[in-house]
Amino acid sequence: MSVYEIIRFAFRGLFTNRLRTFLTVLGITIGVASVIILLAVGNGSSKAIQSSLDRLGTNSLQVRSGGNGFGFRARASANSQKPLTILDTVALTDKTQAPDIKQVAPIVSTNGTCVVGSNTSTPSTFYGTWPAYYQASNTSIQSGSYFTNDDVTQSRRVALIGQTTATALFGTESPIGQTMRCSGIQFTVIGLTAKKGASGFQDGDSLVLIPITTMENTITGNQALSSILVEATKSTTTTAAQNELTTILDARHGISGSKSADFSVFNQASLLTTASTSSQTFTTLLGMVAAISLLVGGIGITNIMLVTVIERTREIGIRKAIGAPKGAILSQFLIEATILSLLGGILGVVVGLIGSHFTIVGTKPVIVPASVFLAFGVSILIGVFFGGYPAQRAASLRPIEALRHE
Amino acid sequence: MAVDSAEAEQAAEAVDSVVDQQPVIEVRDAVKRYGVGDASIFALDGVSLTIQPGEYVAIMGPSGSGKSTLMNILGALDDMTSGEYFLDGIEISSMDESHLSIVRGRKIGFIFQSFNLIPRTTAIANVELPMAYQGVKPKERRERALVALDVVGLGDRINHEPTELSGGQQQRVAVARALATRPALLLADEPTGALDSKSTADLLDLFDQINAAGRTVVVITHELDVAHRAKRIIRMRDGKIVGDELNKERVA
Repeated sequence: MSVYEIIRFAFRGLFTNRLRTFLTVLGITIGVASVIILLAVGNGSSKAIQSSLDRLGTNSLQVRSGGNGFGFRARASANSQKPLTILDTVALTDKTQAPDIKQVAPIVSTNGTCVVGSNTSTPSTFYGTWPAYYQASNTSIQSGSYFTNDDVTQSRRVALIGQTTATALFGTESPIGQTMRCSGIQFTVIGLTAKKGASGFQDGDSLVLIPITTMENTITGNQALSSILVEATKSTTTTAAQNELTTILDARHGISGSKSADFSVFNQASLLTTASTSSQTFTTLLGMVAAISLLVGGIGITNIMLVTVIERTREIGIRKAIGAPKGAILSQFLIEATILSLLGGILGVVVGLIGSHFTIVGTKPVIVPASVFLAFGVSILIGVFFGGYPAQRAASLRPIEALRHE
Repeated sequence: MAVDSAEAEQAAEAVDSVVDQQPVIEVRDAVKRYGVGDASIFALDGVSLTIQPGEYVAIMGPSGSGKSTLMNILGALDDMTSGEYFLDGIEISSMDESHLSIVRGRKIGFIFQSFNLIPRTTAIANVELPMAYQGVKPKERRERALVALDVVGLGDRINHEPTELSGGQQQRVAVARALATRPALLLADEPTGALDSKSTADLLDLFDQINAAGRTVVVITHELDVAHRAKRIIRMRDGKIVGDELNKERVA
C-alpha cells in the first residue's frame, strides 16, 4: 500500500463531502488568518509608537507649568505658583549645575489661525521659540532656512511652517518667501519643515514656528512660557538631566520640604515606553484571541473526522475484511485530517497576507514573518493532533462490528 | 493454493512459509459464547470441522443456528471463546489483529450478502483494493483485476461505480475482488440473499466454474437450492453440526 494511494483515498474521502470539507477548512482558514492579521495589527501599532519615539528623540524632556498634573490644573491655581520664564530657561543652560543638559528651548504656545487669501489653516502646533528647539525637537528644514538667533533678538516676523500647513495655505506653490497672516500678524515664510508624520493624535506637520520674542511682543503679550523643551546630552543621561533641571527649578521657584512643585517634567521617552508596553499587552491579547479561534478550528476538525468515521464505519469494516492493515486505515484518516488543516493553513496564510494590506482600526498592519510560519505550522499540527483521535478510533474498529454497522 | 513468494511482504513470511498439504480449514472444538454465567448463550457449542483443498461446501441452517458466527470465525473476522482454528495450516485462534489483517487479505476471499463494495469507487478499483493493501505492484494488480473481472463476465464494465451496476453485477464484482487475491478459500455468506433468481443462477454457475478450477469454496446459506449446488453439505442447529454429508447429486 503506497503512501500515494493512501493520500488518494484520503482525497476521495474529502471530495465526496465537499460542503463539509469546505466548512471545516474555513474554520482553520479563519484561525490562521486571524493569527496573522491580529498579530500584524498589534505589531503595526507598536511600530507606529516606535517611529514616533524615534521622531521625538529619546533624549528630550519637557517642563510644563503646574505641579504633578496637566496644564489646566496648573492654571486653576496659578496665583500661588510662579510661571516658567525665560530666566528659568537660561538657568538650565548652566553647564556646571546641569552638565547633562545639552540645550534648552523655551516655548510659548498659542492657538491661532493663519490666512493666505481665502485659504485658512489652524496649526495644531503654533509655537514661539528659539533655534535650540530644532535639534531638541528633531525638527529639520526641507527647503528655505531656519530662523536664527538674530531673528529672535530682532523680533522679526518670520515663520517656519510644516507641510500640512503649507499645503493648506499655499497649495502646491512653494511657500518660501510668501507672506501669511497668523492671529492678525503678517509673517514671511522662510522655511518649510521636513515631514514628521503623525505623533499620537496630533499631525506633526500642522505646524507654525516663529521667534519667541515675536510671539511675546505681538500675539501673547506676556512673558510666561508654556513649556521648556530640554535636550539631554545623550539618551542615557535623560534621567540625570531630569534630576538636574528639577534641582535648579526647585531652587528658583522656592520649592522645598512640603511645598509641592509648581512645574512638572515630562519624559517623553518614558511615556512612549509605557505606550509601547501597553501595545505589547494589546498584541498578546490579540494573539490569544487568534490562537483560540485556531483551536476552535482544530476542534472542528476532530468533530468532522469523528462524524466521518461513524458515517464510514461500514466502509472501514469492508476495508478491514479484505485485508486492510490497521496502519493503512489510521494513515488514511490522519491524512484526511491533515489535508483539511493544510488546506486551511494555506488559505489562511493567503487571506492573512491579503488582509494585512488593509488599514485596520487606524493601524497599518505590519506582518510578523514568524507569525505566518507559526500559524501555518500550528494548523498542520492541529490536523495531526485533532485528527489523531478519530483516526485511531477508525483503525481500532473491529471488522465484525464495523461490517454490521448500517 | 500458495501466494506467490515474489509478491509476499516480510510480515507475511510466516504465513507463506507453510506448505499447503494440510486441510484448508481445520476447526477443533470451537466454542463461541455470548454473556457470562447462567445467562450465557452458546452461538457455537463445540464445532469441529475439516475442509480439504478443492472442496465445495455449503453450510446450512436456520437463523440462530450459529452458521453466521461460524462464518465470521472462519473468515478471521471474529474470535472464539475457546477452540482451535487452522486456516491453510496457520493457527488463527492465537493471532493478533495485525497478522489477522494479512491473513484476511491473502488467504480469504469474502463474498457478502450485501456485496460490500466500496461506494463511489469503480469496479476495477474495488477489485484492486485488497491487492493494494497487500502491496502488489500497480501494474500486476491491474492485470490481475482485469483477468478476474473478465472471468466474472464484467470485462466491459470495469469503470462503473457500484450504483451503476445491478445487484447481480455488484456481486460478481465482489467475486472478482475475492478471486483476484488468489485466496486459499472463497468464503461466501448468503451470497444470493439479495439477488433475483436469474442472477442467483449466474452466480452459482460462477461458483461451479471457480470450484472446477480447483479453488476451495465455502457457502453459508439457508436456501436449499443454493446448498444443493455444493458437493458437501454441513447442517447446523443450535450451535452444533447436526449433519455432514456429500451431496450425491453432485459427487459421482
